[in-house]
Amino acid sequence: MIELKDVSKSFTLHNQGSAVIPVMEGASLKVAPGECVALTGASGAGKSTLMRVIYGNYLAASGQVLVGGLDVAKAEPREILALRRETLGYVSQFLRVVPRVPTLEVVAEPLLAVGCEKQAALDKAAELLKRLNIPERLWTLSPTTFSGGEQQRVNIARGFAHEYPAMLLDEPTASLDAQNRETVLSLIKEAKERGAAIVGIFHDVDARERVCDREVNVSEFTPGVAA
Amino acid sequence: MTPLLQVKGIEKRYGARIGCTDVGFDLYRGEVMGIVGESGSGKSTLLNCLAGHLEPDAGQVVFDTRADGPVDTVTMSEPERRMLSRTDWAFVHQHARDGLRMSVSAGGNIGERLMAVGDRHYGDIRDKAIDWLGRVEIEAARVDDRPTAFSGGMQQRLQIARNLVTGPRLVFMDEPTGGLDVSVQARLLDLLRGLVREMGLSAIIVTHDLAVVRLLADRLMVMKDGHVVEAGLTDQVLDDPQHAYTQLLVSSVLQV
Repeated sequence: MIELKDVSKSFTLHNQGSAVIPVMEGASLKVAPGECVALTGASGAGKSTLMRVIYGNYLAASGQVLVGGLDVAKAEPREILALRRETLGYVSQFLRVVPRVPTLEVVAEPLLAVGCEKQAALDKAAELLKRLNIPERLWTLSPTTFSGGEQQRVNIARGFAHEYPAMLLDEPTASLDAQNRETVLSLIKEAKERGAAIVGIFHDVDARERVCDREVNVSEFTPGVAA
Repeated sequence: MTPLLQVKGIEKRYGARIGCTDVGFDLYRGEVMGIVGESGSGKSTLLNCLAGHLEPDAGQVVFDTRADGPVDTVTMSEPERRMLSRTDWAFVHQHARDGLRMSVSAGGNIGERLMAVGDRHYGDIRDKAIDWLGRVEIEAARVDDRPTAFSGGMQQRLQIARNLVTGPRLVFMDEPTGGLDVSVQARLLDLLRGLVREMGLSAIIVTHDLAVVRLLADRLMVMKDGHVVEAGLTDQVLDDPQHAYTQLLVSSVLQV
Protein backbone atom coordinates (compact mmCIF):
# COMPACT_ATOMS: atom_id res chain seq x y z
CA MET A 1 0.00 0.00 0.00
CA ILE A 2 2.80 2.39 0.92
CA GLU A 3 6.18 1.86 -0.66
CA LEU A 4 9.27 4.06 -0.70
CA LYS A 5 12.17 3.27 -3.00
CA ASP A 6 15.52 4.96 -2.50
CA VAL A 7 14.05 8.33 -1.50
CA SER A 8 16.27 11.27 -0.72
CA LYS A 9 15.47 14.74 0.55
CA SER A 10 17.51 17.87 1.05
CA PHE A 11 16.71 21.46 1.87
CA THR A 12 18.34 24.35 0.03
CA LEU A 13 18.27 27.59 1.97
CA HIS A 14 18.62 30.21 -0.74
CA ASN A 15 18.51 33.12 1.66
CA GLN A 16 21.08 31.74 4.06
CA GLY A 17 24.09 31.47 1.82
CA SER A 18 22.42 28.80 -0.33
CA ALA A 19 23.27 26.18 2.26
CA VAL A 20 22.25 22.71 1.16
CA ILE A 21 21.22 20.45 4.00
CA PRO A 22 20.85 16.79 3.06
CA VAL A 23 18.43 15.20 5.51
CA MET A 24 17.60 11.85 4.00
CA GLU A 25 19.23 9.37 1.65
CA GLY A 26 18.30 5.95 0.35
CA ALA A 27 15.09 5.70 2.35
CA SER A 28 13.18 2.53 1.50
CA LEU A 29 10.12 1.23 3.22
CA LYS A 30 7.20 -1.04 2.47
CA VAL A 31 3.93 -1.21 4.38
CA ALA A 32 1.29 -3.80 3.54
CA PRO A 33 -2.47 -3.40 4.15
CA GLY A 34 -3.32 -4.17 7.78
CA GLU A 35 0.22 -3.48 8.91
CA CYS A 36 1.45 -0.75 11.25
CA VAL A 37 5.06 0.36 11.00
CA ALA A 38 6.67 2.61 13.60
CA LEU A 39 9.34 5.11 12.62
CA THR A 40 11.99 5.39 15.30
CA GLY A 41 15.15 7.39 15.76
CA ALA A 42 16.38 10.27 17.84
CA SER A 43 14.80 13.69 17.62
CA GLY A 44 15.96 15.32 14.37
CA ALA A 45 16.67 11.99 12.69
CA GLY A 46 13.97 12.71 10.10
CA LYS A 47 10.86 10.83 11.23
CA SER A 48 8.48 13.70 10.56
CA THR A 49 10.33 14.59 7.37
CA LEU A 50 9.82 11.06 6.06
CA MET A 51 6.16 11.23 6.94
CA ARG A 52 5.75 14.59 5.22
CA VAL A 53 7.46 13.22 2.12
CA ILE A 54 4.90 10.39 2.01
CA TYR A 55 2.05 12.90 2.38
CA GLY A 56 3.43 15.05 -0.44
CA ASN A 57 3.92 17.93 1.93
CA TYR A 58 7.68 17.85 1.31
CA LEU A 59 9.02 17.34 -2.18
CA ALA A 60 11.28 14.30 -2.47
CA ALA A 61 14.55 15.09 -4.26
CA SER A 62 14.79 11.64 -5.83
CA GLY A 63 13.32 8.16 -5.61
CA GLN A 64 9.76 6.89 -5.67
CA VAL A 65 7.04 7.37 -3.08
CA LEU A 66 4.20 5.02 -3.99
CA VAL A 67 0.90 5.25 -2.15
CA GLY A 68 -1.91 3.13 -3.55
CA GLY A 69 -0.05 2.98 -6.87
CA LEU A 70 0.46 6.76 -7.21
CA ASP A 71 4.01 8.15 -7.16
CA VAL A 72 3.60 11.10 -4.82
CA ALA A 73 7.08 12.37 -5.71
CA LYS A 74 6.00 13.07 -9.29
CA ALA A 75 2.21 13.38 -9.16
CA GLU A 76 0.19 16.41 -10.23
CA PRO A 77 -1.32 18.51 -7.43
CA ARG A 78 -4.82 17.31 -8.27
CA GLU A 79 -3.74 13.67 -8.11
CA ILE A 80 -2.28 14.24 -4.65
CA LEU A 81 -5.44 16.08 -3.58
CA ALA A 82 -7.55 13.13 -4.70
CA LEU A 83 -5.19 10.73 -2.93
CA ARG A 84 -5.49 12.71 0.31
CA ARG A 85 -9.24 12.88 -0.01
CA GLU A 86 -9.84 9.19 -0.71
CA THR A 87 -6.82 7.14 0.26
CA LEU A 88 -4.28 8.75 2.52
CA GLY A 89 -5.12 10.17 5.93
CA TYR A 90 -2.76 12.16 8.12
CA VAL A 91 -3.10 12.90 11.81
CA SER A 92 -0.60 15.64 12.52
CA GLN A 93 0.29 17.04 15.90
CA PHE A 94 -1.36 20.32 15.11
CA LEU A 95 -4.95 21.14 14.36
CA ARG A 96 -5.32 23.60 11.51
CA VAL A 97 -8.87 24.77 10.85
CA VAL A 98 -10.87 27.68 9.53
CA PRO A 99 -11.78 29.79 12.57
CA ARG A 100 -15.43 29.75 13.63
CA VAL A 101 -16.28 26.33 12.17
CA PRO A 102 -17.96 24.13 14.82
CA THR A 103 -16.04 21.08 16.04
CA LEU A 104 -18.69 18.67 14.79
CA GLU A 105 -18.31 20.01 11.25
CA VAL A 106 -14.52 20.03 11.46
CA VAL A 107 -14.63 16.30 12.22
CA ALA A 108 -17.30 15.56 9.58
CA GLU A 109 -15.48 17.45 6.84
CA PRO A 110 -13.34 14.57 5.49
CA LEU A 111 -16.55 12.54 5.09
CA LEU A 112 -18.36 15.36 3.29
CA ALA A 113 -15.33 15.71 1.02
CA VAL A 114 -15.73 12.13 -0.19
CA GLY A 115 -19.42 12.71 -0.90
CA CYS A 116 -20.91 11.21 2.27
CA GLU A 117 -24.47 12.28 3.01
CA LYS A 118 -24.52 15.18 5.51
CA GLN A 119 -26.51 13.61 8.35
CA ALA A 120 -24.55 10.36 8.15
CA ALA A 121 -21.29 12.35 8.28
CA LEU A 122 -22.43 14.33 11.32
CA ASP A 123 -23.57 11.12 13.07
CA LYS A 124 -20.21 9.49 12.50
CA ALA A 125 -18.45 12.64 13.75
CA ALA A 126 -20.62 12.69 16.88
CA GLU A 127 -19.84 9.02 17.55
CA LEU A 128 -16.09 9.63 17.33
CA LEU A 129 -16.21 12.75 19.50
CA LYS A 130 -18.16 10.80 22.10
CA ARG A 131 -15.64 7.96 22.06
CA LEU A 132 -12.83 10.46 22.53
CA ASN A 133 -14.61 12.10 25.47
CA ILE A 134 -15.14 15.53 23.98
CA PRO A 135 -18.12 16.87 25.99
CA GLU A 136 -21.18 17.41 23.83
CA ARG A 137 -21.53 21.04 24.92
CA LEU A 138 -18.27 21.80 23.04
CA TRP A 139 -19.36 20.29 19.70
CA THR A 140 -20.96 23.48 18.43
CA LEU A 141 -17.89 25.57 19.29
CA SER A 142 -14.81 26.07 17.18
CA PRO A 143 -11.88 23.92 18.39
CA THR A 144 -9.48 26.87 18.10
CA THR A 145 -10.11 27.77 21.75
CA PHE A 146 -9.82 24.21 23.11
CA SER A 147 -7.02 22.94 25.33
CA GLY A 148 -4.05 21.16 23.75
CA GLY A 149 -5.34 17.69 24.62
CA GLU A 150 -8.82 18.47 23.36
CA GLN A 151 -7.47 19.80 20.07
CA GLN A 152 -5.37 16.66 19.71
CA ARG A 153 -8.46 14.49 20.18
CA VAL A 154 -10.49 16.55 17.71
CA ASN A 155 -7.63 16.07 15.27
CA ILE A 156 -7.71 12.32 15.82
CA ALA A 157 -11.48 12.15 15.42
CA ARG A 158 -11.12 14.05 12.15
CA GLY A 159 -8.32 11.75 11.00
CA PHE A 160 -10.33 8.61 11.68
CA ALA A 161 -13.71 9.86 10.37
CA HIS A 162 -13.15 8.58 6.85
CA GLU A 163 -11.81 5.02 6.62
CA TYR A 164 -8.62 5.71 4.72
CA PRO A 165 -6.79 2.66 3.31
CA ALA A 166 -3.48 4.29 4.28
CA MET A 167 -2.74 6.45 7.30
CA LEU A 168 0.08 8.51 8.74
CA LEU A 169 0.01 9.12 12.48
CA ASP A 170 2.35 11.66 14.05
CA GLU A 171 2.39 10.97 17.80
CA PRO A 172 -1.31 10.19 18.09
CA THR A 173 -1.09 9.40 21.81
CA ALA A 174 0.95 12.45 22.85
CA SER A 175 -0.64 14.66 25.50
CA LEU A 176 -3.51 12.24 26.17
CA ASP A 177 -4.61 10.78 29.50
CA ALA A 178 -4.71 7.01 30.02
CA GLN A 179 -8.36 6.53 29.07
CA ASN A 180 -8.18 8.53 25.85
CA ARG A 181 -4.91 6.87 24.99
CA GLU A 182 -6.70 3.50 25.16
CA THR A 183 -9.42 4.80 22.83
CA VAL A 184 -6.84 5.96 20.32
CA LEU A 185 -5.02 2.64 20.46
CA SER A 186 -8.26 0.78 19.80
CA LEU A 187 -9.05 3.12 16.89
CA ILE A 188 -5.66 2.23 15.43
CA LYS A 189 -6.31 -1.49 15.96
CA GLU A 190 -9.71 -1.21 14.28
CA ALA A 191 -8.12 0.59 11.34
CA LYS A 192 -5.58 -2.22 11.01
CA GLU A 193 -8.32 -4.84 11.14
CA ARG A 194 -10.15 -3.24 8.25
CA GLY A 195 -6.91 -3.36 6.29
CA ALA A 196 -5.37 0.08 6.63
CA ALA A 197 -1.64 0.42 6.09
CA ILE A 198 -0.28 2.67 8.84
CA VAL A 199 3.00 4.51 9.36
CA GLY A 200 3.33 6.07 12.78
CA ILE A 201 5.63 7.97 15.08
CA PHE A 202 5.20 6.92 18.72
CA HIS A 203 7.44 8.19 21.48
CA ASP A 204 5.23 6.22 23.84
CA VAL A 205 7.11 2.88 23.84
CA ASP A 206 4.26 0.88 25.33
CA ALA A 207 1.79 2.17 22.71
CA ARG A 208 4.29 1.40 19.98
CA GLU A 209 4.71 -2.19 21.13
CA ARG A 210 0.96 -2.72 21.34
CA VAL A 211 -0.07 -1.54 17.89
CA CYS A 212 3.02 -1.72 15.69
CA ASP A 213 4.15 -4.82 13.82
CA ARG A 214 7.62 -3.54 12.94
CA GLU A 215 9.98 -0.71 13.57
CA VAL A 216 12.06 1.18 11.03
CA ASN A 217 14.91 3.26 12.37
CA VAL A 218 15.15 6.38 10.22
CA SER A 219 18.70 7.07 11.43
CA GLU A 220 19.73 4.55 8.77
CA PHE A 221 18.52 7.06 6.18
CA THR A 222 20.34 10.03 7.71
CA PRO A 223 23.21 11.04 5.45
CA GLY A 224 26.64 11.11 7.01
CA VAL A 225 25.72 9.13 10.12
CA ALA A 226 25.81 5.68 8.58
CA ALA A 227 29.08 6.38 6.76
CA MET B 1 -11.41 14.64 -17.62
CA THR B 2 -11.28 18.01 -19.41
CA PRO B 3 -9.91 20.84 -17.30
CA LEU B 4 -12.45 23.58 -16.62
CA LEU B 5 -9.86 26.18 -17.55
CA GLN B 6 -6.67 25.75 -19.57
CA VAL B 7 -4.34 28.70 -19.56
CA LYS B 8 -1.48 28.69 -22.06
CA GLY B 9 1.38 31.17 -22.45
CA ILE B 10 -0.42 34.27 -21.20
CA GLU B 11 1.56 37.47 -21.63
CA LYS B 12 0.63 41.08 -21.00
CA ARG B 13 3.00 43.97 -21.51
CA TYR B 14 2.62 47.60 -20.59
CA GLY B 15 4.86 49.12 -23.25
CA ALA B 16 8.28 47.68 -22.63
CA ARG B 17 7.44 46.56 -19.11
CA ILE B 18 6.23 43.05 -18.41
CA GLY B 19 2.85 42.76 -16.68
CA CYS B 20 2.98 39.01 -16.65
CA THR B 21 4.54 36.53 -19.02
CA ASP B 22 4.56 32.86 -19.91
CA VAL B 23 1.82 31.84 -17.49
CA GLY B 24 0.17 28.48 -18.03
CA PHE B 25 -1.84 26.06 -15.88
CA ASP B 26 -4.88 23.79 -15.91
CA LEU B 27 -7.68 24.22 -13.40
CA TYR B 28 -10.13 21.38 -12.77
CA ARG B 29 -13.66 21.42 -11.42
CA GLY B 30 -13.80 22.02 -7.66
CA GLU B 31 -10.21 23.21 -7.45
CA VAL B 32 -9.26 26.42 -5.73
CA MET B 33 -6.02 28.00 -6.83
CA GLY B 34 -4.27 30.80 -5.02
CA ILE B 35 -1.94 33.31 -6.66
CA VAL B 36 0.43 35.09 -4.29
CA GLY B 37 3.20 37.60 -4.74
CA GLU B 38 4.13 41.08 -3.59
CA SER B 39 2.40 44.13 -5.06
CA GLY B 40 3.57 44.73 -8.60
CA SER B 41 4.31 41.04 -9.17
CA GLY B 42 1.66 40.84 -11.89
CA LYS B 43 -0.92 38.81 -10.05
CA SER B 44 -3.80 41.22 -10.58
CA THR B 45 -2.79 41.75 -14.21
CA LEU B 46 -2.91 38.01 -14.69
CA LEU B 47 -6.31 37.70 -13.02
CA ASN B 48 -7.72 40.48 -15.19
CA CYS B 49 -6.36 38.79 -18.32
CA LEU B 50 -7.95 35.50 -17.31
CA ALA B 51 -11.30 37.10 -16.51
CA GLY B 52 -11.42 39.02 -19.79
CA HIS B 53 -11.03 42.47 -18.23
CA LEU B 54 -7.69 42.97 -19.97
CA GLU B 55 -6.70 41.69 -23.36
CA PRO B 56 -3.51 39.64 -23.15
CA ASP B 57 -0.83 40.21 -25.80
CA ALA B 58 -0.31 36.50 -26.23
CA GLY B 59 -1.73 33.21 -25.03
CA GLN B 60 -4.98 31.36 -24.64
CA VAL B 61 -7.59 31.08 -21.89
CA VAL B 62 -9.62 28.03 -22.82
CA PHE B 63 -12.82 27.56 -20.83
CA ASP B 64 -14.90 24.38 -20.96
CA THR B 65 -18.31 25.93 -21.76
CA ARG B 66 -21.55 24.07 -21.05
CA ALA B 67 -22.80 24.42 -24.62
CA ASP B 68 -19.77 24.08 -26.88
CA GLY B 69 -17.02 22.50 -24.79
CA PRO B 70 -13.57 24.10 -24.62
CA VAL B 71 -13.47 27.57 -26.22
CA ASP B 72 -10.70 30.16 -26.20
CA THR B 73 -12.20 33.12 -24.39
CA VAL B 74 -9.50 35.52 -25.59
CA THR B 75 -10.62 35.25 -29.21
CA MET B 76 -14.31 34.93 -28.35
CA SER B 77 -16.63 37.76 -29.43
CA GLU B 78 -17.36 40.47 -26.89
CA PRO B 79 -21.09 39.59 -26.47
CA GLU B 80 -20.19 35.94 -25.89
CA ARG B 81 -17.61 36.87 -23.29
CA ARG B 82 -20.07 39.18 -21.56
CA MET B 83 -22.63 36.41 -21.44
CA LEU B 84 -20.02 34.11 -19.94
CA SER B 85 -19.09 36.65 -17.28
CA ARG B 86 -22.75 36.92 -16.29
CA THR B 87 -23.44 33.20 -16.14
CA ASP B 88 -20.61 30.73 -15.63
CA TRP B 89 -18.05 33.24 -14.41
CA ALA B 90 -18.04 35.54 -11.45
CA PHE B 91 -15.59 38.20 -10.33
CA VAL B 92 -15.26 39.30 -6.73
CA HIS B 93 -13.43 42.62 -6.50
CA GLN B 94 -11.22 43.63 -3.62
CA HIS B 95 -13.36 46.71 -3.07
CA ALA B 96 -17.00 45.74 -2.88
CA ARG B 97 -17.89 49.15 -4.36
CA ASP B 98 -16.33 48.08 -7.66
CA GLY B 99 -18.52 45.02 -7.85
CA LEU B 100 -21.79 46.44 -6.54
CA ARG B 101 -24.19 49.08 -7.75
CA MET B 102 -24.20 51.38 -4.78
CA SER B 103 -27.40 53.23 -5.70
CA VAL B 104 -29.48 50.05 -5.98
CA SER B 105 -30.91 48.11 -3.02
CA ALA B 106 -29.23 44.93 -1.76
CA GLY B 107 -32.01 42.84 -3.23
CA GLY B 108 -31.73 44.74 -6.49
CA ASN B 109 -28.00 44.04 -6.65
CA ILE B 110 -28.64 40.33 -6.46
CA GLY B 111 -31.73 40.46 -8.68
CA GLU B 112 -29.92 42.37 -11.40
CA ARG B 113 -27.67 39.45 -12.18
CA LEU B 114 -30.66 37.11 -12.27
CA MET B 115 -32.47 39.41 -14.69
CA ALA B 116 -29.38 39.52 -16.87
CA VAL B 117 -29.73 35.79 -17.43
CA GLY B 118 -33.43 36.00 -18.20
CA ASP B 119 -35.33 35.78 -14.90
CA ARG B 120 -38.42 37.99 -15.09
CA HIS B 121 -40.77 36.98 -12.28
CA TYR B 122 -40.46 39.66 -9.58
CA GLY B 123 -41.57 37.40 -6.73
CA ASP B 124 -39.10 34.65 -7.67
CA ILE B 125 -36.25 37.10 -7.99
CA ARG B 126 -37.02 38.63 -4.61
CA ASP B 127 -37.25 35.19 -2.99
CA LYS B 128 -33.93 34.15 -4.44
CA ALA B 129 -32.36 37.43 -3.35
CA ILE B 130 -33.59 36.93 0.22
CA ASP B 131 -32.38 33.32 0.19
CA TRP B 132 -28.91 34.47 -0.86
CA LEU B 133 -28.81 37.25 1.71
CA GLY B 134 -29.41 34.52 4.28
CA ARG B 135 -26.62 32.36 2.91
CA VAL B 136 -24.14 35.21 3.26
CA GLU B 137 -25.53 35.99 6.71
CA ILE B 138 -27.27 39.27 5.98
CA GLU B 139 -30.69 39.71 7.59
CA ALA B 140 -33.64 39.50 5.22
CA ALA B 141 -34.91 42.78 6.69
CA ARG B 142 -32.01 44.57 4.98
CA VAL B 143 -33.11 43.54 1.47
CA ASP B 144 -34.36 47.01 0.56
CA ASP B 145 -31.41 48.89 2.05
CA ARG B 146 -28.72 50.25 -0.20
CA PRO B 147 -25.18 48.89 0.14
CA THR B 148 -24.06 52.39 1.16
CA ALA B 149 -25.76 51.67 4.49
CA PHE B 150 -23.78 48.42 4.94
CA SER B 151 -20.47 47.88 6.72
CA GLY B 152 -17.42 46.89 4.66
CA GLY B 153 -17.74 43.21 5.60
CA MET B 154 -21.45 43.17 4.72
CA GLN B 155 -20.76 44.85 1.39
CA GLN B 156 -18.20 42.18 0.62
CA ARG B 157 -20.67 39.42 1.48
CA LEU B 158 -23.33 41.12 -0.64
CA GLN B 159 -20.90 41.20 -3.54
CA ILE B 160 -20.32 37.48 -3.13
CA ALA B 161 -24.08 36.80 -3.07
CA ARG B 162 -24.56 38.90 -6.21
CA ASN B 163 -21.82 36.92 -7.94
CA LEU B 164 -22.87 33.45 -6.91
CA VAL B 165 -26.65 33.71 -7.36
CA THR B 166 -26.48 32.58 -10.98
CA GLY B 167 -24.57 29.43 -10.01
CA PRO B 168 -21.26 30.19 -11.76
CA ARG B 169 -18.69 27.46 -12.24
CA LEU B 170 -15.61 29.64 -11.99
CA VAL B 171 -15.05 32.52 -9.61
CA PHE B 172 -12.20 35.00 -9.84
CA MET B 173 -11.38 36.76 -6.59
CA ASP B 174 -9.06 39.71 -6.17
CA GLU B 175 -8.00 40.04 -2.51
CA PRO B 176 -11.49 39.07 -1.27
CA THR B 177 -10.53 39.49 2.38
CA GLY B 178 -8.24 42.50 1.95
CA GLY B 179 -9.16 45.53 4.01
CA LEU B 180 -11.50 43.61 6.31
CA ASP B 181 -10.78 43.20 9.98
CA VAL B 182 -9.73 39.72 11.07
CA SER B 183 -12.98 38.59 12.68
CA VAL B 184 -14.89 39.46 9.50
CA GLN B 185 -12.17 37.76 7.43
CA ALA B 186 -12.60 34.50 9.31
CA ARG B 187 -16.34 34.60 8.75
CA LEU B 188 -15.88 35.26 5.06
CA LEU B 189 -13.34 32.45 4.71
CA ASP B 190 -15.70 30.04 6.38
CA LEU B 191 -18.49 31.17 4.07
CA LEU B 192 -16.36 30.84 0.94
CA ARG B 193 -15.12 27.38 1.90
CA GLY B 194 -18.66 26.16 2.44
CA LEU B 195 -19.88 27.60 -0.85
CA VAL B 196 -16.95 26.15 -2.79
CA ARG B 197 -17.69 22.70 -1.44
CA GLU B 198 -21.49 22.80 -1.74
CA MET B 199 -21.56 24.27 -5.23
CA GLY B 200 -18.50 22.45 -6.59
CA LEU B 201 -17.03 25.80 -7.56
CA SER B 202 -13.62 26.34 -9.01
CA ALA B 203 -11.91 29.51 -7.95
CA ILE B 204 -8.80 31.56 -8.60
CA ILE B 205 -7.90 33.75 -5.67
CA VAL B 206 -5.33 36.51 -5.81
CA THR B 207 -4.05 37.57 -2.42
CA HIS B 208 -0.91 38.48 -0.57
CA ASP B 209 -2.12 36.82 2.61
CA LEU B 210 -0.48 33.41 2.99
CA ALA B 211 -2.80 32.40 5.83
CA VAL B 212 -5.79 32.92 3.55
CA VAL B 213 -4.38 30.70 0.80
CA ARG B 214 -3.43 28.00 3.27
CA LEU B 215 -7.02 27.73 4.40
CA LEU B 216 -8.77 28.27 1.08
CA ALA B 217 -6.57 27.15 -1.79
CA ASP B 218 -5.67 23.61 -2.84
CA ARG B 219 -2.98 24.83 -5.17
CA LEU B 220 -0.70 27.80 -5.19
CA MET B 221 1.19 29.85 -7.76
CA VAL B 222 3.89 32.26 -6.62
CA MET B 223 4.62 35.26 -8.85
CA LYS B 224 7.51 37.66 -8.97
CA ASP B 225 8.18 40.35 -11.58
CA GLY B 226 5.52 38.95 -13.87
CA HIS B 227 6.85 35.40 -13.82
CA VAL B 228 5.52 32.34 -12.06
CA VAL B 229 8.48 31.27 -9.94
CA GLU B 230 6.89 28.31 -8.22
CA ALA B 231 3.66 26.33 -8.37
CA GLY B 232 2.30 23.29 -6.63
CA LEU B 233 0.19 22.03 -3.76
CA THR B 234 -0.46 24.85 -1.32
CA ASP B 235 0.95 23.14 1.77
CA GLN B 236 3.95 21.84 -0.14
CA VAL B 237 4.83 25.28 -1.53
CA LEU B 238 4.41 26.89 1.91
CA ASP B 239 6.13 24.19 3.98
CA ASP B 240 8.88 23.20 1.55
CA PRO B 241 9.38 26.18 -0.76
CA GLN B 242 11.96 25.53 -3.47
CA HIS B 243 12.52 28.97 -4.96
CA ALA B 244 14.54 31.66 -3.21
CA TYR B 245 11.73 34.18 -3.48
CA THR B 246 9.12 31.82 -2.02
CA GLN B 247 11.46 31.02 0.86
CA LEU B 248 11.82 34.72 1.53
CA LEU B 249 8.07 35.24 1.33
CA VAL B 250 7.27 32.37 3.69
CA SER B 251 9.97 33.27 6.21
CA SER B 252 8.87 36.90 6.26
CA VAL B 253 5.42 36.17 7.70
CA LEU B 254 5.06 37.43 11.23
CA GLN B 255 4.01 34.82 13.75
CA VAL B 256 0.95 35.66 15.81
